[in-house]
Amino acid sequence: MSNTLLSIRNVSKRFGGLHVLQDVNFEVPAGSIYGLIGPNGAGKTTVFNLVTGLLQPNGGNIDFQGESLLGLPSHRITHRGIARTFQNIRIFKEMDLLENVMVGLHDHLEYGTLGLLFNTPGYRRAEKKARERALELLTWVGLDHKADLLADSLSYGDQRKLEFARALATEPKLLLLDEPVAGMNPSEKTVLMEEIRNIRDRGYGVFMIEHDMRFVMGLCDRIAVLNFGRIIAEGNPDQIRNNPEVIEAYLGKEDDQ
Amino acid sequence: MSSMATWFNDFWSTYSTLVFTVGVHAMMALSLWLTLSCGLLSLANAAFMGIGAYASALLTLQAGWSFPAVLLAGGVAPALVALVIGVPVLRLSGVYLAMATLAFGEVVRITILNMDITGGPEGLNGIPLATEGWHILLLLTLTIYVLHRLRRSKVGRAFESIKEDEVAARLMGINVARYKLLAFVLGSFIAGVAGALNAHFTFFISPREYGFENAVDFLTMTVLGGTSGLVGPILGGTILTLLPELLRFLHDFRSLVNGAVLVLVVLFLPKGIWEPRRVRAWWVRRTGVSK
Amino acid sequence: MLEQQLLNALTLGSVYALFALGFTLVFGVLAVINLSHGALFMVGSYAALAMVTRFNAPLWLAMLGAMLVSGTLGLLVDVLVLKPLRLRNAPHLIPMIATIGVSIMLTSAAQGLFGAEAMRFPEETLPAGEYIVGDVHVRALEIAIVLISFILMAVMFTILKRTQLGRALRAISESPKAAWLLGIPVERLFHATSFVASALGGIAGVLIALDFNAITPGMGQPMLHKGVAVIILGGMGDIRGALIGGLFLGFAEVISKAYLSSQMGDAVAFGLLFLILLVRPAGLFGRQLERKA
Repeated sequence: MSNTLLSIRNVSKRFGGLHVLQDVNFEVPAGSIYGLIGPNGAGKTTVFNLVTGLLQPNGGNIDFQGESLLGLPSHRITHRGIARTFQNIRIFKEMDLLENVMVGLHDHLEYGTLGLLFNTPGYRRAEKKARERALELLTWVGLDHKADLLADSLSYGDQRKLEFARALATEPKLLLLDEPVAGMNPSEKTVLMEEIRNIRDRGYGVFMIEHDMRFVMGLCDRIAVLNFGRIIAEGNPDQIRNNPEVIEAYLGKEDDQ
Repeated sequence: MSSMATWFNDFWSTYSTLVFTVGVHAMMALSLWLTLSCGLLSLANAAFMGIGAYASALLTLQAGWSFPAVLLAGGVAPALVALVIGVPVLRLSGVYLAMATLAFGEVVRITILNMDITGGPEGLNGIPLATEGWHILLLLTLTIYVLHRLRRSKVGRAFESIKEDEVAARLMGINVARYKLLAFVLGSFIAGVAGALNAHFTFFISPREYGFENAVDFLTMTVLGGTSGLVGPILGGTILTLLPELLRFLHDFRSLVNGAVLVLVVLFLPKGIWEPRRVRAWWVRRTGVSK
Repeated sequence: MLEQQLLNALTLGSVYALFALGFTLVFGVLAVINLSHGALFMVGSYAALAMVTRFNAPLWLAMLGAMLVSGTLGLLVDVLVLKPLRLRNAPHLIPMIATIGVSIMLTSAAQGLFGAEAMRFPEETLPAGEYIVGDVHVRALEIAIVLISFILMAVMFTILKRTQLGRALRAISESPKAAWLLGIPVERLFHATSFVASALGGIAGVLIALDFNAITPGMGQPMLHKGVAVIILGGMGDIRGALIGGLFLGFAEVISKAYLSSQMGDAVAFGLLFLILLVRPAGLFGRQLERKA
């Protein structure tokens, strides 16, 4: 029985009078790939923002590995082991790829001020290790040959991969992916699917928001469906696929158009 | 050979103050660069320079402290102030931060203007000429060294990432508030030491040297020189300190050139004069040789 | 005595509000902090002075001249400096730095042309007359200043709230791209706003020059600081805020100069500004700085 990595209980969020999330409940088990789907505007990115501490819920609990995340600043949440990619890609454009990934390694670089100032062997070793690790991650996503290029010069798909590598650099236990395949062509999507399965197999948890149904159904172990700020269904892909409420939530939207 | 020595002596007696000033201004531009490298536009560094200048001058004049101690105090005094106001002020960003630091700078200047101990509008006179060339050279070199080491380390990367995208930086585990405070306080320390050095070779200081106009001057130096590295601020500081001297014949229109330079640089050299990437790109185009 | 001070405060405050109005218009519509606004203010007063002394123009004509000169300069700044930066999508601090350069240029030119000594409007050109209401001496000049300021502000208000043009400007201040998609001539309105805002700054310069009977090349700088204080107090980009902030600052300054020391009056304004920024960065009325593209 896998233990629960992330537990979201009775979470609600308002912006002024607008209720974005109401009474949201679900659990992301360790070593699994969990999907969050729903029509646009359902509140999915808000969930991510709450989990990563960019927003605080108005009610409810968010626990990670049994400990509450409420009130923690974002950088502490990252320390605890949650990393995230963004819908609109937030890489550091003026840095090269290697540096981008090395930022992700920030916490894991052990050296003090003295080491930094005096260029001690300990400092040099730590930096070297970081460089190697960063290069390793870039190789894993197939970007190592571009390591010295500015992130700005990458194609959209490559930028997504860079963000992915950078998130992995923080050595998360849970990886939050916000629309990871948006803008990718089918072959890129297949490759990413494999990479995510690899990550899961290595013991990381993956929690993703995605619109591409085939991607989600093919990859996720469990899926939760969000509509107008409420969870309307939760289960494995088959259950979700055949759930009448889910179908209506999506088809209903199409009818309106 | 002795004519060389004579020439040098003559040169030095006329221009030593100018050379010293170049050194001090380079330090100020670097202190501004440090805060900019973290995405902070702080217009308070002239005020911090003033705090350092006055603190050190008063300690020399009234408490008789030794010069090294006075220099250190000149750095520590503004650093403490920066530490106190930094925590709330650095929560602001962009223009609001610039305005808040501007306001803070003005409060400092007006306070100095109105205190008796600082000599009020007449300033402080008779500060011993304790600064020598090697002091400035040493401290400037030290500043460059420290900033260079910071830049290459995880601290430099943290600054850069905060400057580009604060939210993303946070999610990389970077304690943004702490790093901003570091840049701010360290910048104020450097500015304070520069102020202390300056006070001890200009013999006389007054509140007029540490106001908004001066903060803008230092900003201009950094922008002109280029913010992508350490060479830029030093270059900008040198050029903008020497230029008014060279343009003495223009009298009141000297500042006109300063202002025009600023506008032209912003329009045509967005990253300043010293921009390694542009230089490299030009090199590649010329020689066909790339990295 | 208090009433006299209140009158002074009203006079000063209404000019501050007028100055801040121009400043905040540019910020609201162009999203630029135009730090040359103070210099344009100064240019207005020299322009008016020149018209009065060289061309024997009546004061009211000189005021119009000041508006024209400052407005045109402001327009030039927009076309030559701000527009290229807009086209480059420069981060918003860059135009601000460029306007600092413009300000230095204008101030230096004024100093070179007119010298650093304070100049004044010839006695005969000033509106004469003084009325006594109770204990208070009211100069015709002060009445003129307050009236002109308020009339101009009322006109601006009306335009912004009640006309198609005003609606277009408000649309642009929300989102220039959306406004452009709606067919609003955004570039042209940017130019127009720069012209009008600078014109307002120019006449504010004349009014202050009349109130204090002094024109110096450096008079724009402290005014700029106060303008910044006003819009931060009143809220960046909010017209109402500029008015209320301007009056408030005028009062705070006059009262603290009368009842505390004259120097500390300035420190009070900045200290207040600093504290307000910490507590409510958007000012008393303002909205968020970042706007959608």
